[in-house]
Amino acid sequence: MKILKVPFKNREIEGLKAGDEVLLSGVIYTARDQAHQRLVSLIQASKKLPINLAGAIIYYCGPTATPKGKVIGSCGPTTSRRMDEFVESLLRGGLAGMIGKGRRSKDVRQLIKKYRAVYFLAPAGCGALLARHVVKNELVVFGDLGPEAIYRLEVKDFPVIVGIDSAGKSVYEDL
Amino acid sequence: MLYMLYYVKISAVISTMKIDKIKKQVEKIVARAAFELPADVSRLIKKAYSVETNKRAKQALRWILDNARIAKKENLAICQDTGLPIVFLEAGSDIRVCARDIEAVKKGIESGYAKSYLRASAVGPLKRGASFYGGAVIHLDFIPGVKGLKITILPKGFGSENKSALKMFNPTVSIEAIEDFIVDAARRAGPESCPPFIVGVGIGSTADGALLLAKKALLQDLAKPNFDGNLAAMEKRILEKINRLEIGPMGLGGKTTALAVKILKAPTHIAGLPVGVNIGCHALRRATAVIK
Repeated sequence: MKILKVPFKNREIEGLKAGDEVLLSGVIYTARDQAHQRLVSLIQASKKLPINLAGAIIYYCGPTATPKGKVIGSCGPTTSRRMDEFVESLLRGGLAGMIGKGRRSKDVRQLIKKYRAVYFLAPAGCGALLARHVVKNELVVFGDLGPEAIYRLEVKDFPVIVGIDSAGKSVYEDL
Repeated sequence: MLYMLYYVKISAVISTMKIDKIKKQVEKIVARAAFELPADVSRLIKKAYSVETNKRAKQALRWILDNARIAKKENLAICQDTGLPIVFLEAGSDIRVCARDIEAVKKGIESGYAKSYLRASAVGPLKRGASFYGGAVIHLDFIPGVKGLKITILPKGFGSENKSALKMFNPTVSIEAIEDFIVDAARRAGPESCPPFIVGVGIGSTADGALLLAKKALLQDLAKPNFDGNLAAMEKRILEKINRLEIGPMGLGGKTTALAVKILKAPTHIAGLPVGVNIGCHALRRATAVIK
């Protein structure tokens, strides 16, 4: 079990191998389909982004509403593959890692290798368990999208498995 | 005349009472489905956990079981994808059902989702944008012999729904080819659809009918064998084949890729053989209430 602070500051990523179990602590940002489309539109228009991508981790997640007295609702990962087409622009902008569930395209694997990034798998369908690892939750931007907005999550010991490492090796090699 | 007026008033009161009852019951089952993993699903996951020897798969199953416990204890959704609400209504011979009752079901779903802090996952299909509570898909059947109005909710997440499959086979196709198609649907569903799955299959009817049967198959009690012996044998064979894929929990390998296969069939046309597959994720949530 490895314990890592996020966003990444140095080359911590390079020590990770596909299949490693990791606990993440620090700050991650949620973004899924619509938020990705908007981020990439901003990049294409050379506009300033609402989040700092340098060393950042994006979590493919749209949480439930937050129940009274809780930090966040259920907040598990969504299918990563739908975000594949947006990955290159974000990696070029400095994104270091992604958290989601399921396989990625061959292109994404090559991009992860090229940019020395990492793709993590979070326990799929375990949003109630993962909610316990979120200590703070703030809306950053695109509030009109509700669960699809970008939220800044402070996480503690957030459990993930390395899905694709910075050498482009995937835990799903044979699937 | 006075008597008539009185009668109309009374029936209006009764009808309002029924509508309130439906709305309240629907709110209850919305919450129960979101927070409590059904006993038949939970039992199969525990069984899968106890026989698993692959370390990563065992860890994934432990997460799934811990998650179910936390969700129930803290009234948190088992999965953030609280689905598009699919509702199955079964009306018996002793109850009248009209459009207002269906409206009450829809209202109960919207208020139930809001009260339980579930996710607004419904959007217009092309415009997208802000999501809302609702978008319920409602199926109504009249079943002689059933008492009252049985309401079942199946909040269907789209990680699994996106991997639905339909094939219009020739009537002379072999059973083996049908089984291979179903196994292949599970393979393509893969880690994205949150294995271990419950695989719903519909054989016969029409294109839409086969897919609806496949979804209804997910409502079957997983502890009970198929009453049709041939289908029961087919389910067993397909389950074994799917588990040989070794996709496993979270796609990390292991013994259990599917927890169960459930098949429903219906008559079809002499010129065809539709087969529909609907994948249920490991968090196959459903809850039922009966209005008398």
